[in-house]
Amino acid sequence: MTSIQEIHSIKKTPLYDRHLSLHGKMADFAGWLLPVYYTSILEEHRWVRRSCGVFDVSHLGEIRVSGAGAFRFLQYRLTNDLDKLEDGRILYSPLCDEMGFVLDEFLVYQAGKDDYYLVVNAANVERDCEALRRYAPDAVTLQDESGRTACVAVQGPLSEGLLERLFGFRLKDLGYYRFKEERYRGEPLWISRTGYTGEDGFEIFSPHSLAGPVWDRLMEAKGEEGVRPVGLGARNTLRLEAGNVLYGEDLDETVTPLEAGLGWAVSFSKEGGFVGRDMLILQKERGTSRRLVGFRVLEKPVAREHYAIHKEGRKIGKVTSGSYGPTVGANIGLGYVEKGFEAPGTPIEIEIHGRFVKAEVVKTPFVPLKHR
Amino acid sequence: MDTSKLRYTETHEWVSLNGNLARVGITDHAQREISDVVFVELPKPGALLKQKQSAMIVESVKAAFDIYAPVSGKIVKINEELGKRPELVNQSPCEEGWLFEMECSDLKEANGLLTEEQYQKFKTQPTH
Repeated sequence: MTSIQEIHSIKKTPLYDRHLSLHGKMADFAGWLLPVYYTSILEEHRWVRRSCGVFDVSHLGEIRVSGAGAFRFLQYRLTNDLDKLEDGRILYSPLCDEMGFVLDEFLVYQAGKDDYYLVVNAANVERDCEALRRYAPDAVTLQDESGRTACVAVQGPLSEGLLERLFGFRLKDLGYYRFKEERYRGEPLWISRTGYTGEDGFEIFSPHSLAGPVWDRLMEAKGEEGVRPVGLGARNTLRLEAGNVLYGEDLDETVTPLEAGLGWAVSFSKEGGFVGRDMLILQKERGTSRRLVGFRVLEKPVAREHYAIHKEGRKIGKVTSGSYGPTVGANIGLGYVEKGFEAPGTPIEIEIHGRFVKAEVVKTPFVPLKHR
Repeated sequence: MDTSKLRYTETHEWVSLNGNLARVGITDHAQREISDVVFVELPKPGALLKQKQSAMIVESVKAAFDIYAPVSGKIVKINEELGKRPELVNQSPCEEGWLFEMECSDLKEANGLLTEEQYQKFKTQPTH
Protein backbone atom coordinates (compact mmCIF):
# COMPACT_ATOMS: atom_id res chain seq x y z
CA MET A 1 0.00 0.00 0.00
CA THR A 2 1.29 3.43 -0.87
CA SER A 3 1.42 6.02 1.88
CA ILE A 4 0.82 9.72 1.40
CA GLN A 5 4.47 10.56 1.93
CA GLU A 6 5.43 8.16 -0.83
CA ILE A 7 2.98 9.72 -3.27
CA HIS A 8 4.74 13.03 -2.89
CA SER A 9 8.12 11.57 -3.68
CA ILE A 10 6.98 9.59 -6.73
CA LYS A 11 8.96 10.63 -9.76
CA LYS A 12 7.80 11.02 -13.32
CA THR A 13 9.93 10.28 -16.35
CA PRO A 14 10.08 12.80 -19.21
CA LEU A 15 7.68 10.49 -21.08
CA TYR A 16 4.97 10.52 -18.39
CA ASP A 17 2.45 12.60 -20.37
CA ARG A 18 2.94 10.40 -23.40
CA HIS A 19 2.10 7.30 -21.35
CA LEU A 20 -1.10 8.97 -20.19
CA SER A 21 -2.16 9.89 -23.69
CA LEU A 22 -1.51 6.27 -24.75
CA HIS A 23 -3.80 5.22 -21.85
CA GLY A 24 -0.95 3.57 -19.97
CA LYS A 25 -2.03 1.96 -16.72
CA MET A 26 0.39 3.71 -14.39
CA ALA A 27 1.89 2.31 -11.20
CA ASP A 28 4.70 3.04 -8.80
CA PHE A 29 7.85 1.16 -9.71
CA ALA A 30 10.85 1.79 -7.45
CA GLY A 31 9.58 5.32 -6.81
CA TRP A 32 8.77 6.08 -10.44
CA LEU A 33 5.34 6.29 -12.07
CA LEU A 34 5.57 4.00 -15.06
CA PRO A 35 3.10 2.13 -17.26
CA VAL A 36 2.41 -1.48 -16.26
CA TYR A 37 0.68 -1.96 -19.61
CA TYR A 38 -1.16 0.03 -22.26
CA THR A 39 -3.62 -2.54 -23.60
CA SER A 40 -2.73 -6.01 -22.32
CA ILE A 41 0.37 -7.57 -20.80
CA LEU A 42 -0.12 -10.72 -22.89
CA GLU A 43 -0.52 -8.86 -26.17
CA GLU A 44 2.46 -6.63 -25.46
CA HIS A 45 4.59 -9.62 -24.49
CA ARG A 46 3.79 -11.45 -27.72
CA TRP A 47 4.37 -8.32 -29.75
CA VAL A 48 7.94 -8.02 -28.48
CA ARG A 49 8.67 -11.66 -29.35
CA ARG A 50 7.56 -11.23 -32.96
CA SER A 51 7.90 -7.56 -33.79
CA CYS A 52 9.21 -4.56 -31.88
CA GLY A 53 8.26 -3.18 -28.47
CA VAL A 54 9.26 0.18 -27.05
CA PHE A 55 9.69 0.59 -23.28
CA ASP A 56 10.30 3.63 -21.12
CA VAL A 57 13.04 2.51 -18.75
CA SER A 58 14.10 5.98 -17.69
CA HIS A 59 13.86 4.85 -14.08
CA LEU A 60 17.17 3.03 -14.52
CA GLY A 61 20.00 4.74 -12.72
CA GLU A 62 23.17 5.95 -14.39
CA ILE A 63 26.35 6.65 -12.46
CA ARG A 64 29.43 8.03 -14.16
CA VAL A 65 32.75 6.92 -12.69
CA SER A 66 35.69 8.81 -14.10
CA GLY A 67 39.12 10.18 -13.34
CA ALA A 68 42.60 8.75 -12.93
CA GLY A 69 42.35 5.32 -11.34
CA ALA A 70 38.69 4.72 -12.27
CA PHE A 71 39.54 1.40 -13.90
CA ARG A 72 41.55 0.13 -10.95
CA PHE A 73 38.87 1.26 -8.53
CA LEU A 74 36.02 -0.47 -10.36
CA GLN A 75 38.15 -3.53 -11.02
CA TYR A 76 38.54 -3.91 -7.25
CA ARG A 77 35.00 -2.84 -6.36
CA LEU A 78 33.09 -5.07 -8.80
CA THR A 79 33.22 -8.86 -9.12
CA ASN A 80 33.58 -9.27 -12.88
CA ASP A 81 36.86 -8.67 -14.72
CA LEU A 82 36.86 -5.24 -16.37
CA ASP A 83 39.91 -6.27 -18.35
CA LYS A 84 37.38 -7.88 -20.72
CA LEU A 85 36.24 -4.36 -21.64
CA GLU A 86 37.42 -1.96 -24.29
CA ASP A 87 36.00 1.39 -25.37
CA GLY A 88 32.44 0.91 -26.62
CA ARG A 89 31.94 -2.39 -24.82
CA ILE A 90 29.63 -3.32 -21.98
CA LEU A 91 30.07 -5.80 -19.16
CA TYR A 92 27.62 -7.18 -16.61
CA SER A 93 28.84 -7.23 -13.04
CA PRO A 94 27.39 -7.69 -9.58
CA LEU A 95 28.39 -5.26 -6.83
CA CYS A 96 28.97 -7.13 -3.59
CA ASP A 97 29.49 -6.08 -0.01
CA GLU A 98 32.43 -7.31 2.07
CA MET A 99 30.53 -10.50 2.93
CA GLY A 100 29.96 -11.31 -0.72
CA PHE A 101 26.26 -10.43 -0.70
CA VAL A 102 24.81 -8.75 -3.76
CA LEU A 103 24.14 -5.03 -3.27
CA ASP A 104 23.24 -4.48 -6.90
CA GLU A 105 24.11 -5.52 -10.43
CA PHE A 106 25.39 -3.17 -13.09
CA LEU A 107 25.96 -2.88 -16.77
CA VAL A 108 29.37 -1.25 -17.03
CA TYR A 109 29.82 0.90 -20.16
CA GLN A 110 33.42 1.78 -20.98
CA ALA A 111 33.36 5.18 -22.66
CA GLY A 112 37.11 5.72 -22.61
CA LYS A 113 40.20 5.31 -20.49
CA ASP A 114 39.17 5.68 -16.84
CA ASP A 115 35.70 6.74 -17.94
CA TYR A 116 32.78 4.43 -17.13
CA TYR A 117 29.02 4.62 -16.96
CA LEU A 118 27.19 2.22 -14.68
CA VAL A 119 23.59 1.43 -15.48
CA VAL A 120 22.02 0.39 -12.19
CA ASN A 121 18.70 -0.68 -10.70
CA ALA A 122 16.41 2.28 -9.97
CA ALA A 123 15.74 1.39 -6.36
CA ASN A 124 19.43 1.13 -5.52
CA VAL A 125 20.98 4.30 -6.90
CA GLU A 126 21.67 5.98 -3.58
CA ARG A 127 22.97 2.87 -1.89
CA ASP A 128 25.17 2.13 -4.90
CA CYS A 129 26.73 5.58 -4.77
CA GLU A 130 27.41 5.11 -1.09
CA ALA A 131 28.91 1.64 -1.54
CA LEU A 132 31.11 2.92 -4.36
CA ARG A 133 32.18 6.11 -2.59
CA ARG A 134 33.52 4.22 0.40
CA TYR A 135 36.24 2.70 -1.78
CA ALA A 136 36.76 5.46 -4.35
CA PRO A 137 40.15 7.21 -4.33
CA ASP A 138 40.12 11.02 -4.35
CA ALA A 139 40.98 11.33 -8.02
CA VAL A 140 37.92 9.31 -9.04
CA THR A 141 34.68 11.24 -9.45
CA LEU A 142 31.25 9.64 -8.98
CA GLN A 143 28.39 11.49 -10.63
CA ASP A 144 24.80 10.38 -10.33
CA GLU A 145 23.38 11.15 -13.78
CA SER A 146 20.06 9.37 -13.13
CA GLY A 147 18.03 12.53 -12.75
CA ARG A 148 18.81 13.80 -16.23
CA THR A 149 19.24 10.63 -18.24
CA ALA A 150 16.31 8.99 -19.98
CA CYS A 151 16.34 5.51 -21.47
CA VAL A 152 14.08 3.97 -24.09
CA ALA A 153 14.44 0.24 -24.77
CA VAL A 154 13.57 -1.00 -28.24
CA GLN A 155 13.25 -4.78 -28.21
CA GLY A 156 12.25 -7.49 -30.66
CA PRO A 157 13.34 -9.00 -33.98
CA LEU A 158 12.36 -5.95 -36.06
CA SER A 159 14.23 -3.45 -33.86
CA GLU A 160 17.39 -3.06 -35.92
CA GLY A 161 15.60 -2.39 -39.19
CA LEU A 162 13.11 0.01 -37.62
CA LEU A 163 15.77 2.05 -35.85
CA GLU A 164 17.89 2.28 -38.97
CA ARG A 165 14.89 3.41 -40.99
CA LEU A 166 13.50 5.87 -38.45
CA PHE A 167 16.71 7.46 -37.24
CA GLY A 168 19.27 6.69 -39.92
CA PHE A 169 21.48 4.93 -37.36
CA ARG A 170 23.84 2.28 -38.63
CA LEU A 171 23.42 -0.69 -36.34
CA LYS A 172 24.27 -3.76 -38.40
CA ASP A 173 27.84 -3.75 -37.16
CA LEU A 174 27.02 -2.98 -33.55
CA GLY A 175 27.55 -6.26 -31.70
CA TYR A 176 25.81 -7.57 -28.60
CA TYR A 177 26.86 -5.66 -25.47
CA ARG A 178 28.43 -2.86 -27.51
CA PHE A 179 27.36 0.75 -27.68
CA LYS A 180 28.07 3.87 -29.66
CA GLU A 181 27.19 7.51 -29.87
CA GLU A 182 24.66 8.59 -32.47
CA ARG A 183 22.89 11.88 -33.05
CA TYR A 184 19.25 12.74 -33.40
CA ARG A 185 18.12 16.29 -34.16
CA GLY A 186 21.70 17.34 -33.74
CA GLU A 187 21.89 16.10 -30.16
CA PRO A 188 24.05 13.18 -29.04
CA LEU A 189 22.63 9.99 -27.60
CA TRP A 190 23.99 6.57 -26.79
CA ILE A 191 22.64 3.41 -28.27
CA SER A 192 23.62 -0.02 -26.97
CA ARG A 193 22.75 -3.49 -28.17
CA THR A 194 21.42 -4.63 -24.83
CA GLY A 195 18.12 -5.54 -23.23
CA TYR A 196 16.33 -7.63 -20.71
CA THR A 197 13.79 -9.47 -22.85
CA GLY A 198 15.85 -12.25 -24.45
CA GLU A 199 15.23 -10.70 -27.88
CA ASP A 200 17.62 -8.76 -30.07
CA GLY A 201 17.25 -5.13 -29.20
CA PHE A 202 18.67 -1.81 -28.16
CA GLU A 203 18.62 0.73 -25.37
CA ILE A 204 18.80 4.43 -26.16
CA PHE A 205 20.22 6.71 -23.48
CA SER A 206 19.64 10.41 -23.90
CA PRO A 207 19.23 13.63 -21.96
CA HIS A 208 15.65 14.14 -20.75
CA SER A 209 15.03 16.77 -23.43
CA LEU A 210 15.67 14.29 -26.23
CA ALA A 211 13.59 11.40 -24.84
CA GLY A 212 10.26 12.86 -26.05
CA PRO A 213 11.39 13.37 -29.65
CA VAL A 214 12.96 9.87 -29.75
CA TRP A 215 9.75 8.33 -28.37
CA ASP A 216 7.56 10.28 -30.80
CA ARG A 217 9.65 9.21 -33.76
CA LEU A 218 9.33 5.57 -32.68
CA MET A 219 5.56 5.94 -32.27
CA GLU A 220 5.30 7.10 -35.87
CA ALA A 221 6.03 3.48 -36.77
CA LYS A 222 3.10 2.16 -34.76
CA GLY A 223 0.98 -0.51 -36.39
CA GLU A 224 1.37 -3.81 -38.16
CA GLU A 225 5.03 -4.76 -38.70
CA GLY A 226 5.85 -1.80 -36.54
CA VAL A 227 6.33 -0.73 -32.97
CA ARG A 228 4.05 -0.79 -30.00
CA PRO A 229 4.58 0.77 -26.59
CA VAL A 230 5.09 -1.93 -23.98
CA GLY A 231 4.74 -1.63 -20.22
CA LEU A 232 6.71 -3.00 -17.33
CA GLY A 233 4.27 -5.91 -16.90
CA ALA A 234 5.42 -7.49 -20.15
CA ARG A 235 9.01 -6.47 -19.42
CA ASN A 236 8.74 -8.70 -16.36
CA THR A 237 7.24 -11.72 -18.13
CA LEU A 238 9.75 -11.34 -20.97
CA ARG A 239 12.75 -11.18 -18.65
CA LEU A 240 11.48 -14.13 -16.64
CA GLU A 241 11.18 -16.29 -19.76
CA ALA A 242 14.71 -15.19 -20.72
CA GLY A 243 15.90 -16.37 -17.30
CA ASN A 244 17.06 -12.90 -16.26
CA VAL A 245 17.09 -12.18 -12.55
CA LEU A 246 15.34 -9.14 -11.10
CA TYR A 247 16.99 -7.30 -8.24
CA GLY A 248 14.64 -7.06 -5.26
CA GLU A 249 12.99 -10.36 -6.16
CA ASP A 250 15.52 -13.00 -7.23
CA LEU A 251 18.50 -11.09 -5.96
CA ASP A 252 19.12 -9.00 -2.87
CA GLU A 253 21.63 -8.36 -0.13
CA THR A 254 20.93 -11.73 1.49
CA VAL A 255 22.24 -13.82 -1.40
CA THR A 256 25.62 -14.19 -3.08
CA PRO A 257 26.26 -14.21 -6.82
CA LEU A 258 27.24 -17.87 -6.60
CA GLU A 259 23.88 -18.80 -5.08
CA ALA A 260 22.10 -16.71 -7.71
CA GLY A 261 23.80 -18.49 -10.60
CA LEU A 262 25.94 -15.45 -11.43
CA GLY A 263 29.27 -17.18 -10.84
CA TRP A 264 30.15 -16.47 -14.48
CA ALA A 265 30.30 -12.77 -13.56
CA VAL A 266 32.67 -13.29 -10.63
CA SER A 267 36.35 -13.34 -11.53
CA PHE A 268 38.39 -15.06 -8.84
CA SER A 269 41.49 -14.96 -11.01
CA LYS A 270 41.74 -11.23 -11.66
CA GLU A 271 44.73 -9.45 -10.21
CA GLY A 272 44.29 -7.57 -6.96
CA GLY A 273 41.10 -9.36 -5.97
CA PHE A 274 37.79 -7.60 -5.31
CA VAL A 275 35.50 -6.65 -2.44
CA GLY A 276 33.82 -9.78 -1.11
CA ARG A 277 36.32 -12.21 -2.62
CA ASP A 278 37.39 -13.87 0.65
CA MET A 279 33.88 -14.92 1.54
CA LEU A 280 32.97 -15.91 -1.99
CA ILE A 281 36.03 -18.10 -2.45
CA LEU A 282 35.16 -19.88 0.79
CA GLN A 283 31.66 -20.45 -0.49
CA LYS A 284 32.98 -21.62 -3.82
CA GLU A 285 35.23 -24.19 -2.17
CA ARG A 286 32.53 -25.47 0.17
CA GLY A 287 29.72 -25.25 -2.34
CA THR A 288 26.61 -23.13 -1.90
CA SER A 289 23.89 -24.41 0.39
CA ARG A 290 21.19 -23.18 -2.00
CA ARG A 291 20.84 -22.32 -5.63
CA LEU A 292 18.54 -20.23 -7.75
CA VAL A 293 16.75 -22.50 -10.21
CA GLY A 294 14.08 -22.21 -12.84
CA PHE A 295 10.90 -24.25 -12.44
CA ARG A 296 7.85 -25.09 -14.43
CA VAL A 297 4.52 -25.62 -12.71
CA LEU A 298 2.82 -28.74 -14.06
CA GLU A 299 -0.68 -27.58 -13.14
CA LYS A 300 -2.84 -24.51 -13.63
CA PRO A 301 -2.22 -22.11 -10.73
CA VAL A 302 0.57 -19.56 -10.87
CA ALA A 303 3.44 -19.88 -8.36
CA ARG A 304 4.26 -16.39 -7.14
CA GLU A 305 6.91 -14.62 -5.09
CA HIS A 306 7.37 -15.97 -1.52
CA TYR A 307 5.44 -19.21 -2.09
CA ALA A 308 7.11 -22.16 -0.38
CA ILE A 309 8.86 -24.89 -2.37
CA HIS A 310 8.53 -28.37 -0.88
CA LYS A 311 9.97 -31.80 -1.46
CA GLU A 312 8.37 -34.84 0.15
CA GLY A 313 6.65 -32.81 2.84
CA ARG A 314 9.65 -30.68 3.75
CA LYS A 315 10.21 -27.05 2.83
CA ILE A 316 13.33 -26.77 0.69
CA GLY A 317 13.06 -23.23 -0.61
CA LYS A 318 10.92 -20.43 -1.89
CA VAL A 319 9.76 -18.84 -5.10
CA THR A 320 11.31 -15.46 -5.89
CA SER A 321 9.47 -14.70 -9.15
CA GLY A 322 6.70 -16.51 -10.88
CA SER A 323 4.25 -15.85 -13.64
CA TYR A 324 2.44 -17.31 -16.54
CA GLY A 325 4.99 -17.42 -19.35
CA PRO A 326 3.08 -16.32 -22.44
CA THR A 327 5.62 -17.69 -24.94
CA VAL A 328 6.32 -20.85 -22.93
CA GLY A 329 2.58 -21.40 -22.50
CA ALA A 330 2.98 -22.56 -18.90
CA ASN A 331 3.45 -21.20 -15.43
CA ILE A 332 7.13 -20.70 -14.77
CA GLY A 333 9.32 -19.08 -12.18
CA LEU A 334 12.59 -18.76 -10.35
CA GLY A 335 13.30 -19.72 -6.78
CA TYR A 336 15.95 -20.83 -4.35
CA VAL A 337 16.20 -24.51 -3.43
CA GLU A 338 18.51 -26.31 -1.03
CA LYS A 339 21.60 -27.97 -2.40
CA GLY A 340 20.79 -31.33 -3.96
CA PHE A 341 17.54 -30.27 -5.59
CA GLU A 342 18.93 -28.03 -8.32
CA ALA A 343 19.23 -30.58 -11.13
CA PRO A 344 16.84 -30.04 -14.05
CA GLY A 345 14.12 -32.66 -13.94
CA THR A 346 13.89 -32.73 -10.13
CA PRO A 347 10.21 -32.98 -9.16
CA ILE A 348 9.19 -30.39 -6.54
CA GLU A 349 5.96 -29.12 -5.06
CA ILE A 350 4.92 -25.52 -4.58
CA GLU A 351 2.41 -24.49 -1.98
CA ILE A 352 -0.19 -22.42 -3.82
CA HIS A 353 -3.32 -21.20 -2.05
CA GLY A 354 -3.05 -23.90 0.57
CA ARG A 355 -2.39 -26.90 -1.62
CA PHE A 356 0.71 -28.58 -2.97
CA VAL A 357 1.03 -28.20 -6.70
CA LYS A 358 3.40 -30.31 -8.80
CA ALA A 359 6.32 -28.56 -10.45
CA GLU A 360 9.68 -29.45 -11.91
CA VAL A 361 13.12 -27.86 -11.86
CA VAL A 362 14.06 -26.86 -15.40
CA LYS A 363 16.98 -25.23 -17.14
CA THR A 364 16.85 -21.51 -17.82
CA PRO A 365 16.32 -19.62 -20.07
CA PHE A 366 12.78 -20.87 -20.63
CA VAL A 367 12.86 -19.66 -24.24
CA PRO A 368 15.76 -19.64 -26.71
CA LEU A 369 17.65 -16.34 -26.50
CA LYS A 370 17.65 -14.32 -29.70
CA HIS A 371 20.60 -12.08 -28.88
CA ARG A 372 22.80 -11.32 -31.81
CA MET B 1 -25.63 -6.27 -21.96
CA ASP B 2 -27.88 -4.09 -19.87
CA THR B 3 -25.92 -3.75 -16.66
CA SER B 4 -28.43 -1.42 -15.02
CA LYS B 5 -30.19 -4.36 -13.29
CA LEU B 6 -26.96 -5.63 -11.77
CA ARG B 7 -25.95 -5.06 -8.18
CA TYR B 8 -22.37 -4.50 -7.14
CA THR B 9 -19.90 -4.86 -4.29
CA GLU B 10 -17.10 -2.55 -3.24
CA THR B 11 -14.73 -5.41 -4.07
CA HIS B 12 -15.79 -5.16 -7.74
CA GLU B 13 -18.03 -8.19 -8.10
CA TRP B 14 -21.32 -7.87 -9.95
CA VAL B 15 -24.42 -9.85 -9.00
CA SER B 16 -27.36 -10.70 -11.22
CA LEU B 17 -30.36 -11.70 -9.11
CA ASN B 18 -33.11 -14.00 -10.25
CA GLY B 19 -35.33 -14.82 -7.29
CA ASN B 20 -32.88 -16.08 -4.71
CA LEU B 21 -30.38 -17.22 -7.34
CA ALA B 22 -27.38 -14.91 -7.65
CA ARG B 23 -25.01 -15.11 -10.61
CA VAL B 24 -21.65 -13.53 -9.84
CA GLY B 25 -18.78 -12.16 -11.88
CA ILE B 26 -16.24 -9.37 -11.82
CA THR B 27 -16.92 -5.97 -13.31
CA ASP B 28 -15.49 -4.58 -16.51
CA HIS B 29 -13.59 -2.07 -14.40
CA ALA B 30 -12.07 -4.93 -12.35
CA GLN B 31 -11.01 -6.99 -15.36
CA ARG B 32 -9.22 -3.95 -16.76
CA GLU B 33 -7.46 -3.40 -13.45
CA ILE B 34 -6.20 -6.95 -13.04
CA SER B 35 -5.38 -7.34 -16.77
CA ASP B 36 -5.14 -10.66 -18.59
CA VAL B 37 -6.66 -13.54 -16.66
CA VAL B 38 -4.68 -16.75 -17.08
CA PHE B 39 -6.36 -19.05 -14.58
CA VAL B 40 -9.42 -19.20 -12.36
CA GLU B 41 -9.68 -21.43 -9.33
CA LEU B 42 -13.46 -21.88 -9.15
CA PRO B 43 -15.29 -22.69 -5.93
CA LYS B 44 -16.67 -26.17 -5.25
CA PRO B 45 -20.40 -26.57 -5.94
CA GLY B 46 -22.13 -27.12 -2.62
CA ALA B 47 -19.71 -24.91 -0.71
CA LEU B 48 -21.38 -22.68 1.89
CA LEU B 49 -20.08 -19.16 2.06
CA LYS B 50 -20.69 -16.14 4.23
CA GLN B 51 -20.99 -12.73 2.65
CA LYS B 52 -17.54 -11.17 2.02
CA GLN B 53 -15.80 -14.51 2.45
CA SER B 54 -13.25 -15.42 -0.21
CA ALA B 55 -15.04 -17.65 -2.72
CA MET B 56 -12.38 -18.25 -5.34
CA ILE B 57 -9.23 -16.92 -6.95
CA VAL B 58 -8.69 -15.23 -10.27
CA GLU B 59 -5.09 -15.22 -11.47
CA SER B 60 -3.89 -12.68 -13.98
CA VAL B 61 -0.44 -12.03 -15.41
CA LYS B 62 -0.14 -9.43 -12.68
CA ALA B 63 -1.18 -11.23 -9.51
CA ALA B 64 -3.69 -13.51 -7.80
CA PHE B 65 -6.95 -11.89 -6.71
CA ASP B 66 -9.52 -13.10 -4.22
CA ILE B 67 -13.13 -12.98 -5.35
CA TYR B 68 -15.55 -12.54 -2.47
CA ALA B 69 -19.04 -13.92 -2.02
CA PRO B 70 -21.31 -10.89 -2.50
CA VAL B 71 -24.00 -12.57 -0.41
CA SER B 72 -24.19 -15.53 1.97
CA GLY B 73 -25.34 -18.81 0.56
CA LYS B 74 -24.49 -22.04 -1.25
CA ILE B 75 -22.54 -22.35 -4.48
CA VAL B 76 -24.87 -24.15 -6.89
CA LYS B 77 -23.17 -23.75 -10.26
CA ILE B 78 -19.77 -22.75 -11.61
CA ASN B 79 -18.72 -21.61 -15.07
CA GLU B 80 -16.81 -24.69 -16.22
CA GLU B 81 -15.95 -23.05 -19.55
CA LEU B 82 -13.43 -20.82 -17.73
CA GLY B 83 -11.23 -23.86 -17.09
CA LYS B 84 -10.44 -23.90 -20.80
CA ARG B 85 -10.96 -20.23 -21.60
CA PRO B 86 -10.05 -18.02 -18.63
CA GLU B 87 -9.73 -15.07 -21.04
CA LEU B 88 -13.55 -14.90 -21.14
CA VAL B 89 -13.31 -12.99 -17.86
CA ASN B 90 -11.58 -10.19 -19.79
CA GLN B 91 -13.47 -10.50 -23.04
CA SER B 92 -16.95 -10.74 -21.60
CA PRO B 93 -16.86 -10.04 -17.86
CA CYS B 94 -20.61 -9.60 -17.45
CA GLU B 95 -21.82 -12.39 -19.73
CA GLU B 96 -19.75 -15.38 -20.88
CA GLY B 97 -17.14 -14.63 -18.24
CA TRP B 98 -19.46 -15.08 -15.24
CA LEU B 99 -17.87 -17.03 -12.39
CA PHE B 100 -20.41 -18.85 -10.23
CA GLU B 101 -24.03 -18.95 -9.04
CA MET B 102 -25.16 -18.93 -5.44
CA GLU B 103 -28.39 -19.66 -3.67
CA CYS B 104 -28.78 -16.53 -1.66
CA SER B 105 -29.74 -17.37 1.92
CA ASP B 106 -30.66 -13.85 2.98
CA LEU B 107 -32.18 -11.53 0.41
CA LYS B 108 -31.68 -8.58 2.74
CA GLU B 109 -27.95 -8.81 2.04
CA ALA B 110 -28.62 -8.59 -1.67
CA ASN B 111 -30.74 -5.48 -1.19
CA GLY B 112 -27.83 -3.82 0.56
CA LEU B 113 -25.52 -4.14 -2.44
CA LEU B 114 -24.56 -1.15 -4.56
CA THR B 115 -26.70 -0.12 -7.51
CA GLU B 116 -25.16 0.53 -10.91
CA GLU B 117 -25.17 4.25 -10.23
CA GLN B 118 -23.62 3.86 -6.79
CA TYR B 119 -20.94 1.54 -8.13
CA GLN B 120 -20.02 3.85 -11.01
CA LYS B 121 -19.56 6.61 -8.48
CA PHE B 122 -17.63 4.38 -6.08
CA LYS B 123 -15.12 3.07 -8.61
CA THR B 124 -14.04 6.52 -9.74
CA GLN B 125 -13.09 7.52 -6.21
CA PRO B 126 -9.36 7.52 -5.66
CA THR B 127 -8.19 4.38 -3.90
CA HIS B 128 -6.44 4.62 -0.58
